[in-house]
This record gives sequence, C-alpha cells and structure tokens, in this order.
Amino acid sequence: MVSTVSTDLEALTRRLRRHIVTMVYDAKSGHIGGSMSSIDIMAVLYTRFLQHRPKDPAWTGRDRFIMSKGHCTPAQYAILAECGYFPVEELSTFRRKGGRLQGHSVLGKPGGVENSAGALGMGLSFGLGIRLGMRLRGMTNKVVVLMGDGEQDEGQVWEAAMAAAHHEVDGLIGIIDRNGIQNDDFTVNTMRTEPLDEKYRAFGWEVRAGIDGHNHAAIEEALRWAYSVQGKPALVIFNTVKGKGVSFMENNPNFHGAPPSDEQYALAMKELADPEGAR
Amino acid sequence: MTTAPAPAATREALGPALIRLQRAGADIVVVDADLGKSTSARAFKDAFPERFFTFGVAEQNMVSAAAGLATLGSTVFATTFAVFAEHAFDQLRMSVAQPRMNVKVVASHGGVSTGEDGASAQSIEDFALFSSLVNFSVVVPADVVEAEAVIDAAVAHSGPWYIRTGRPKLPVIYTEGPRFRLGKADMLRDGRDLTIVACGLLVERSLRAAEALAKDGIQARVLNMATIRPLDVEALEAAARETGAIVVAEEHLVHSGLGAMCAQALATRHPVPMEFVGVQDRYGESGTWDEVLDIMGLNAAGVTEAARRVLARKR
Repeated sequence: MVSTVSTDLEALTRRLRRHIVTMVYDAKSGHIGGSMSSIDIMAVLYTRFLQHRPKDPAWTGRDRFIMSKGHCTPAQYAILAECGYFPVEELSTFRRKGGRLQGHSVLGKPGGVENSAGALGMGLSFGLGIRLGMRLRGMTNKVVVLMGDGEQDEGQVWEAAMAAAHHEVDGLIGIIDRNGIQNDDFTVNTMRTEPLDEKYRAFGWEVRAGIDGHNHAAIEEALRWAYSVQGKPALVIFNTVKGKGVSFMENNPNFHGAPPSDEQYALAMKELADPEGAR
Repeated sequence: MTTAPAPAATREALGPALIRLQRAGADIVVVDADLGKSTSARAFKDAFPERFFTFGVAEQNMVSAAAGLATLGSTVFATTFAVFAEHAFDQLRMSVAQPRMNVKVVASHGGVSTGEDGASAQSIEDFALFSSLVNFSVVVPADVVEAEAVIDAAVAHSGPWYIRTGRPKLPVIYTEGPRFRLGKADMLRDGRDLTIVACGLLVERSLRAAEALAKDGIQARVLNMATIRPLDVEALEAAARETGAIVVAEEHLVHSGLGAMCAQALATRHPVPMEFVGVQDRYGESGTWDEVLDIMGLNAAGVTEAARRVLARKR
C-alpha cells in the first residue's frame, strides 16, 4: 500500500492540471505544455508505485523520483502538494520572491524534490549515481528518472545510458515523455532522435515504447513491468500530447514556456472543470 | 643526519590516502574517467573494488553520478585530469555546487607542468572556473606531504572541494609533517620587506627566490596559500600591512587566478603595490615540465624579478 492520495485518478489529474495552469497563469511564466504531458504518468507513479512518505521526505526507505526535465516544476509541485508534502495553498507562491517553489527544480525545496535541474541531460546520470549508492548498501529501492524527448539531444543522456547498462544497474527506471515538441519547434524539426527505443535497446536497456501516456491503465501496466525488470535498467517511452487537457494548448509549440492570457486561462479552467456529478 | 625525502608528485598522495582513510572507517566512493593509473586513484580499486566506479571517458556523466552517489551519504571522490574536470563545468555547477554535494574533485596534471602533452592538456583556467562555483573549496597542495593532508581534510569537511594535484616530482617542503588547515595560509618564512604569496609548485620556487633575495639583504615573507577558496584574507591583510608589497605566484592565468583574487581582497582592505607571476594571456606548448615553466617565467628567477619590481614601486 503506497497510495497516499485519492485513487480517483481522473479527478486527481483534472485537479493537478488546474493547479498547473493556475500556477503558470498566476506567475505569468512557467512551462505548462510539458507539465500537462507528464502529469498522468506522475500521478500514476506517485499514487500506485513510488515508496514514499510525504510527511517524512528524507525517509531512507524511499524510492527516488528524479525530475530531469526541471522546467516541468508545475507538474512536480502539483503532485507533491496533492500527496501532502506541503499545503496546496503554497502552489500560489510558484516563482515568487521569497518562496521555495523556484521556476526550476531545486533539491530539497520543498522536501520531495530530489535533485536540482533545469540544465537538461543530467537527471539520468544523477539517478544512476543514486542507484549505484543504493546497491552498494544493499537497498532495493527504485530510482525513477523522468526525461523529456527534446532532452534526448543531450550527449550526457547517452553517457548515462551506456554506463547504466555497463554496470548492470537494475532498479533504475527511465521514463521519456515523448510529446514531440521542444522549446522552439517540433522535435522532428529540431533534432531527429528516433528510433529512441532501438537506440536504448542497443545501449543495453530493456525498453517498452509506444505506451499511451494519458491512459492510466496503460501507464500502470507499463510501470508495473518497469518495476519488475531485473539485471538491466528499464525504459518506458510514453507517447504523450504536449498541453494535454486544454484543447488549444494541445500539440501547440507556443505553450512550451509561455503563460496563458486572461481569456485563455478562463477557457482552460472551463475545460478542466469537473463534470457534473463528479468531483 | 637524515637524508632528504625523495621528490614526489602531489598526485601520488591520492590513492594511498583514500585506502588509509577507508580502512580507518570513512565511507569513501571513488568515481573515475579512465585515468585512475595517472591520478593514483586506481590503487583504491584494488583495495575496495565495490567502492570504485569507472564511467569511461565521460566526465559529465561521472560528475552528475558522483552527486547522486553523495546523496546516500558517502564522500565521493571524482578523479580525472584538471583539463577534463573543466569539461564537466555545468554538471559541477548544477549537480554538485548548487545542492552543496559532498563531492571531492581531485584533478591531477594541473597547470602547465604537464609539459610534453602541450597546450590542450595544460589547465591554466581551473582556479578561475572552480573558484566561480559557490560552495566549493579550492585547494592546491604544494608537495606530496601536504597533498595527503589535504585528502584527509577533504574527508573531514563536508561539501564540494576541488583539489588540484600535479604531474612532476617535486622536492618535499614539509619534511617535518604537514601543516595544512583549510582556509589558512601557512607562513613558511617571515620577512619585513615584501610577501610572496604562492600555491602549488610555485611555493618551493618562491622559497628559493626568497633565499636569493636574502643574499641581497631583502627579507621576504613566504605564504603558502594552499587554499584559494575560501581565501585567508586575514593573512593577506596582515602581510600587506606588515610588509607593504606583495608578489603572487601561481601556475595559472594571471588575470583570473589566485593573484586576481588576492588583489580584489586587498583592494578594499589595505591596497599595496602588487606584482603577479603566472601565465600571461596565452596558451602553453610542449616541452619538459620545467622547460615549459621556464618559458612562462614560473621559476625562482621570475619570482625574484617580480619581487624587485614590486620593491621599486614600494619605494
């Protein structure tokens, strides 16, 4: 039993999406698109798989979630708040002077943020180091690293992929949020990285690709597989939609790092509202 | 009469010190980028193979992984050559410095005294890079005895360190044992006419310069500034007040190293005439290690000349 929040994932992820849009709207800056594409994966992970204690973030028996795409803090802070790491009200301090919730991930701010990120490409290496340290201590906890697909441009990712296989590190789970859009443009126009699954397999990883990253049952099944892989690092490539949940943000490169206008915000919140009779 | 200890390279201290410390109960992990034989870290692998991880020729991955390893509570030594440590600057900044990870970067083959390998292998900007990282301590031992004491101190202090060691075998200065303390200059010779502030292999050369000056009746104080960060500004200010002139000598670019940091510290405390012995605005070349140092003027004669220049300005 690892779940710490409501297991009504549909309601939870609608609420998380409202947090994401509201945080970026309030702050007048931040990264909605990649947060919306990741949030279903993170919701399933945090409620169904991750061993963690929100009231004791430094618990030594915890699994580690490493947010390598450190600009997607709206998703990270939203799920941490909903799990109970800190009050949901604190989300309104996102990117604000004097607050803990910086624009990009800062280790320990708040508890539950396990790494500093923002410069892309370092999370898989950092997670690899954690897993090696766990193995040295005989710990069987998992380390789950969430990466972007644009992030796969970074050479360091492939250094880490090679080293994880070389050291036969199991318990290290890579996740790629394959939303197909990076900062300036679609990934295919910026840097062609496919076939990602074959590349990771060639590097020595166990890989599952083409999983619908917005279907909670499919996410759960893929993560269950990843948690079971022995002797090798495991990777799941989720097909996702950038800006998922708000019609005019979906698959729109303009919502990588820009806030919504007043009208867009109102429209988004309407689309993300709970349906009649649901909560 | 005892015989003088044999010359030794500061890089030779690392492996034996790590083995001794681990046997004494420390929790040390070593990460390496395929240069363990040269840095001497590989000796640790033979003693504690499960605590030694190779990352191949991939310093960026090595540094971020070192930071991850450090989150479990180990003291992680990341070892390579100085120029290759520079290759992972962004990782050092975000993975290590910002979260203040207990990672000790021990970079051998520092400075131009790598010699024959030429310009690409000669780190003349590492003090600048690592001193620009908040939370980092930056240390440059002057001989093998001090180098071993620096490794001990690195394990005793939590937080990120950069330790530059060197390739050439150097005379031992601390024949009666080390005196290293983090953040404290060590006065090796006192004098009233000027102060020579030096680090690394320029310390022994500065002592020779001080002897040459003494023959002309000039009394030079010599400070071994093994810690570049945090800088011992009290010792510097005392030197400025008591001797009135300062020469800084280092195996690094003059415009961004120890000399520049000393000048900045003294500018607001007690400005005095200063001269700088170091690498001018240029890259190195091949040659034996002492030939390259001579080309750059990083020798006793260079320090002596700088002392005479600063004394002329003092009067």
